[in-house]
Amino acid sequence: MADVVKVFRTWSSPFALRVIWALQLKGVEYETIFEDITNKSPLLLQYNPTYKQVPVLVHNGKPILESLVILEYIEETWKENPLLPEDPYERATTRFWAKFGDDKLVPSVRGVLMTQGKEQEEGIPVVIETLKLIEEQLKGKKFFGGETIGFLDIALGWTANLMCVFEEVTGIKFLDAETFPLLSAWIENFSDVSVIKQNWPPRDKLVLKFQAAREKCLAEAATK
Amino acid sequence: MAGTTTSDVRLIGAWPSPFVMRARIALNIKSVYYEFLQEQLGSKSDLLLKSNPVHKKIPVLIHGDRPICESLVIVQYIDDVWASGPSILPSDPYDCAIARFWAAYIDEKWFPSLSGIARAQGEEAKKAAIEQVVEGLVLLEDAFVKCGKGRAFFGGDTIGYLDIALGCYLGWIRVTEKMNNMKLLDEAKTPNLVTWADKFCGDGSVKDVMPETDKLAEFAKVLMAKFRAPPPN
Repeated sequence: MADVVKVFRTWSSPFALRVIWALQLKGVEYETIFEDITNKSPLLLQYNPTYKQVPVLVHNGKPILESLVILEYIEETWKENPLLPEDPYERATTRFWAKFGDDKLVPSVRGVLMTQGKEQEEGIPVVIETLKLIEEQLKGKKFFGGETIGFLDIALGWTANLMCVFEEVTGIKFLDAETFPLLSAWIENFSDVSVIKQNWPPRDKLVLKFQAAREKCLAEAATK
Repeated sequence: MAGTTTSDVRLIGAWPSPFVMRARIALNIKSVYYEFLQEQLGSKSDLLLKSNPVHKKIPVLIHGDRPICESLVIVQYIDDVWASGPSILPSDPYDCAIARFWAAYIDEKWFPSLSGIARAQGEEAKKAAIEQVVEGLVLLEDAFVKCGKGRAFFGGDTIGYLDIALGCYLGWIRVTEKMNNMKLLDEAKTPNLVTWADKFCGDGSVKDVMPETDKLAEFAKVLMAKFRAPPPN
């Protein structure tokens, strides 16, 4: 029986992109269901009652949730083009930094994107320090995965596209080439991989979306 | 002393930490001998700072001379390296995904709600905090029924990844129950988890590393006093 693979995503979700990249890198055929986050489908709510979020991967009717969990599932299910290193220590290091990206980088960036004034100013060094730790992981490597992109490139891949969007929205420069030569080179190399290039959401739409999100967040904070 | 060598496997940790316990249970499941290097409350050893410069937190597993950090990353590493021992992660990718999902839920959503009980000020806030924890446990009860498929543990007949992820908090669950004179795990709402909890704590790989509730409660008092003390000028 042929595999039936479906991905619930939104046009802009960076976490859903991880799933798309992994499936395409492994040559897995799938159907895409685009969700409207303001009007979630009953099917999405049925598959993800805990978080009610995208992405959701549905494989032969069974839902898998949370993008990094989905990546591990994809890796274990479709063996072509392995994304994780074979060596257990390198796998542990990869998992550590993927978790670090989600636990530290994402909130620190959100902390600057969605604030202003003193709060925003204080958030900037946190982003820079976090990026510096990630930069170090690229020493001697073209990609986090080595010669080709791997699990960690996919986990951190949102930065290659969204950091410059956030820079435009906030007017703050996070990733300059002088401070982050390795990350800057990685962004170019990563963005050049065809699976990555062909899936970037439209930049101008992203700028508008995040501008609106920022304004909404600042307005809500002001009323508190 | 002449002739001594550093153990191949060392674990930097502390007996009260549920995160450290995860690593210890995993090592026990695989019958791996390790040297337990205990950190003292209030100070961080040079070895810890050197081995985990990013987070400066326990547990850190040092295998040979290579450090591995983050408790669930450590558990997966142990499962990968000592592959001939009993499996910790489910072999089926879907079961594995379910286990990973709930383990992440436990750490990201449920555990903060448990810590929220101690932080809650006033009766109303405490009641709300307790309700939130119980709601989460009811979700996990449901997950247990689905994952365990009628067997003793989330992992089946033996302790697995999700058992370790949740079970490590049982000491602190019992301390919270004792200090607030109520039940978080109760027969009415979470009957399967009540049975599971006893089996987990009695398991050979767990019983020597699960702290006694009274000892942990004493430690909790010391910890709370330390945090409530005015900061030094």
